[in-house]
Amino acid sequence: MTSDLPRNAGMPFDPSVIAGCRVNTPATLRRAATLPAQRSLKKDWQAAWLARAISMIDLTTLSGDDTPGRVRRLCAKALSPVRADLLDAIGLPHLTTGAVCVYHEMVPVAVEALEGRLPVAAVSTGFPAGLSPFDLRLAEIERSVAAGATEIDIVISRRHVLTGNWAALYDETAQMRAACGAAHMKAILATGELGTLKNVMAASMVCMMAGSDFIKTSTGKEAVNATLPVSLVMMRAIRAYEAASGYKVGYKPAGGVSKAKDALVYLALLKEELGDRWLRPDLFRFGASSLLGDIERQLEHHVTGRYSVGHRHALG
Amino acid sequence: MSVADIFETMEWGPAPESRAEADAWLDSHGRRFGHYIGGKRLAAGETFATVNPATGETLAEITQGTAEDVAQAVKAARKAHGSWAKSSDHDRARVLYAIARGLQKHARLFAVLEVLDTGKPIREARDIDVAQAARHFYHHAGHAELRGETHPDAEPWGVCGQIVPWNFPLLMLAWKVAPALAMGNTVVLKPAEWTPLTALAFAEICDGAGVPPGVVNIVTGDGATGAALVSAEIDKLAFTGSTEVGRLLRRETAGRGIGLTLELGGKSPYLVFEDADIDGAVEGLVDAIWFNGGQVCCAGSRLLVQEGIAEDVTARLRARMARIRVGNPLDKSVDMGALVHTEQKARIEAILERTTGKIHRGAAPDGCYLPPVLVTDLHSADPLMQEEVFGPVLAMTTFRTPAEAVQLANDTTYGLAASIWSQDIDVALDTAPKIDAGVVWVNGTNMLDAAAPFGGLKESGFGREGGTAGLAAYLRPGTGAPLKAPKVYAGDAAPSAEIDRTAKLYIGGKQARPDGGYTRTVFGPKGAVGDVGIANRKDLRNAVEAARGATGWSRSTGHLRAQILYYIAENLCARASEFEARLAAQGAKDRVETATRHLFRWAAWADKHDGRTLGVPMGGLALALNRPIGVIGAFAAEETPLTALAQVLGAALATGNRLVLVAPESAPLTATDLYQVLDTSDVPSGVVNILTGAHGDLAAEMAGHLGVDAVWSFSSADISATIEAGAAADLKRTWVNNGTGRDWLATDGTVWLAQSTEVQTIWVPFGL
Repeated sequence: MTSDLPRNAGMPFDPSVIAGCRVNTPATLRRAATLPAQRSLKKDWQAAWLARAISMIDLTTLSGDDTPGRVRRLCAKALSPVRADLLDAIGLPHLTTGAVCVYHEMVPVAVEALEGRLPVAAVSTGFPAGLSPFDLRLAEIERSVAAGATEIDIVISRRHVLTGNWAALYDETAQMRAACGAAHMKAILATGELGTLKNVMAASMVCMMAGSDFIKTSTGKEAVNATLPVSLVMMRAIRAYEAASGYKVGYKPAGGVSKAKDALVYLALLKEELGDRWLRPDLFRFGASSLLGDIERQLEHHVTGRYSVGHRHALG
Repeated sequence: MSVADIFETMEWGPAPESRAEADAWLDSHGRRFGHYIGGKRLAAGETFATVNPATGETLAEITQGTAEDVAQAVKAARKAHGSWAKSSDHDRARVLYAIARGLQKHARLFAVLEVLDTGKPIREARDIDVAQAARHFYHHAGHAELRGETHPDAEPWGVCGQIVPWNFPLLMLAWKVAPALAMGNTVVLKPAEWTPLTALAFAEICDGAGVPPGVVNIVTGDGATGAALVSAEIDKLAFTGSTEVGRLLRRETAGRGIGLTLELGGKSPYLVFEDADIDGAVEGLVDAIWFNGGQVCCAGSRLLVQEGIAEDVTARLRARMARIRVGNPLDKSVDMGALVHTEQKARIEAILERTTGKIHRGAAPDGCYLPPVLVTDLHSADPLMQEEVFGPVLAMTTFRTPAEAVQLANDTTYGLAASIWSQDIDVALDTAPKIDAGVVWVNGTNMLDAAAPFGGLKESGFGREGGTAGLAAYLRPGTGAPLKAPKVYAGDAAPSAEIDRTAKLYIGGKQARPDGGYTRTVFGPKGAVGDVGIANRKDLRNAVEAARGATGWSRSTGHLRAQILYYIAENLCARASEFEARLAAQGAKDRVETATRHLFRWAAWADKHDGRTLGVPMGGLALALNRPIGVIGAFAAEETPLTALAQVLGAALATGNRLVLVAPESAPLTATDLYQVLDTSDVPSGVVNILTGAHGDLAAEMAGHLGVDAVWSFSSADISATIEAGAAADLKRTWVNNGTGRDWLATDGTVWLAQSTEVQTIWVPFGL
């Protein structure tokens, strides 16, 4: 991932930051509920924003039945995410997704298939539950980095959040960050399991203090994955962290964003809450597998004026 | 700009709503409109232009209503009233339901027309104005259906004159028309001169909904048309608009015996405590002050921030302001559209010229637009902290403690709305009821719903719109027979007591000599009965001051107030023969028994005038609390004087008010005899103050005293008009008899409860 930004160096653990976390749930829900009607994107703007969304997708496969063949097909799709005639029509012939995201075992396949043209992200640290022995979780990070992953999506220990053991969460996350070395670390909060928006805010702050390059909502395996209210809280946490540290941290909603229209709402929220600088792959990713297909159909509609179907677009 | 360019800039693009349908509708009327009277669209008369403030284009020519036009409309409404009032609740409900459906069916046309006429953004017109207007008619279709069950003895006023403002033309029309029709009234509505289009389109909805001819009449025009409507033969006047015009209407309608409700201006505080969700509070401010460009009566225009977080709040607020998009109101991604009129823009700018604060502006295009404005470094006396701006201008200052926050919040002549932001349930819930405002939002702002009463305290007006409380504005209170003048006894002999016992005044729990040093002799059928003091304006001032000081009573529990009322009853009973003898001596026909019964009744009510939880579409609680009015000045009745005193005193005290009571002129000694009863009944000093004197001499003083919150008159003196006119100074509440009597033996508690309390709506959203 190329970026002109300084990497988040983290901050010493500061409990007062957690004490200062305040989230009013109804006000958060209200903002999340009204925003979609406040920003509307039409015509060329819609097409451009959808293309931008593609450029920020971590095209993902995280299934027990993943095979090298399946991963190679995914990588090919990541490099050519949309039919060439459509990309030519909108003047973005070189569009790719942001990265490919796989389990550790599939990292070498993906690295080989992408030939360095796109980063490979590996989910790690006992994904998705994060309950394997801590030394093994660190070792897993090191192995994935060694295998060529340049982005590591770690999962946090939810139990530390639910018991308020913020220092433990900080220490674990900081050690994982150290294990990542030059690879960028995305901390998955598994927000669907944190109970309250205030916990989401506090966990976000702790993970950023511990040096996370990105904070990410979900593994995609929780009962509830990325939502707009959770995204609002995490974006506000990112803003607060920048105000405190000077570092810009990235945001990745994952799971649950499968429609082009939803993607536009997330990007609108991002632009409104964090600003234009975040609308780039070094500060934002969608963790998604089926979103791309819907965007392809919308782009075909944009170019041809006809509503499209899935089988007109190459399978990812 | 190509897709590839936008891919780099990631700018917002245009997202225009089409105006074709609205233009076609205007064209279909030849862009000229006459009034809607008696179910007919009349030909246009002399016209004026209604203008799109965003473009300056003339949208249509609108008829300037004359006094004759108004009279014709009132006549049509009068003619329609009889059968409409007699129609079944179900039939009226069906009509209101059909109106709601009609608004929904043509929702986009109404939204676009509203945008064209007002300059407000399409998103607001679509999601709030039109949606809420339809909701209002649905809700009131229900009130119409249930009228016989919920208000079995209710009687509508008759013909209601209704004048609505330009900031929410259709929604304010709905707030006025829906409850009026539900309760069986007919209406003559005058939309604002600048924004008449949706009212004219509403006429077509009425046609389609089966509203009988004359039940809804719409007369367009400027202030002169409004004045003609005010002075026409209407039974009730409902007005939403500025406090200055409200004052004028109070004077104009004084003594006419017509109903009046006023929904006026505000300078609503927005309190942010140090433990608030600051991002949530900042986002709330966008809805509070930049919604409809701040042209909102309940706009949160005074930002009060706890000192420790003021810098942080200012920084986040300024960053948020930079993202507010001001521009073409038909664009779906625009946050603030045009101001309603260039005159309004000029007014706002003129107020900004006068502030001493530091002005921070967002960005706005040229034309009839203003950016979001924040003004900091203000002191309490700055015009921006005092005057209603009615524009996108937020005035900010700081406080140190919750107590100071409440003090600053209440440091205004207005009392419409307030917002409180705190994550501490203790701070939030303790502060909410302490704010003197008709509507309080906890961790929220500008939440409105048809089921939630909306309206002001203090100079923000009186009467409620919405919910069950709002129905009262469209029901005629029962009126009694004309009062006969009380029999006056005269004589020349001095009272024949061996030791002079001239009754003094009763102020702050003490007996006080009248300031003027004058007394008069009270005569009965058998000659002189005793002497009483003659109170003047200074005595009244002292009595009001004592009553204002007795704030503890208004905070006391219903149980305590009940105990004291029972105690008064007990002590009165113990002296029954003495009181009855004195009543007889003064020529009054009355019994202690009936007075005691009233005191018992009010002791019973003291802990039973419950508020309500409201059925609003929101997670959390919306509460309608019954707050005491404060200090009530009451002129006593001459008929059954003791029983009447017990009714007045009981009602006022049971609900937590303090009283300045002017004794009956014919039986003042019965009032002064109460001093010892009150003294022995643990009534805290200042809660009841009693003056003796001529009602006619004290009426104007009482009505004009800025420390009196309400004036009641049951007097036989002709003072109703004086009181209503005098009350215009500070828009205090009035309840006058217009020369008619009451049944003082009646157990008509609900009427008294309504007059003794004001509904405060508190919204507490919580949960998911």
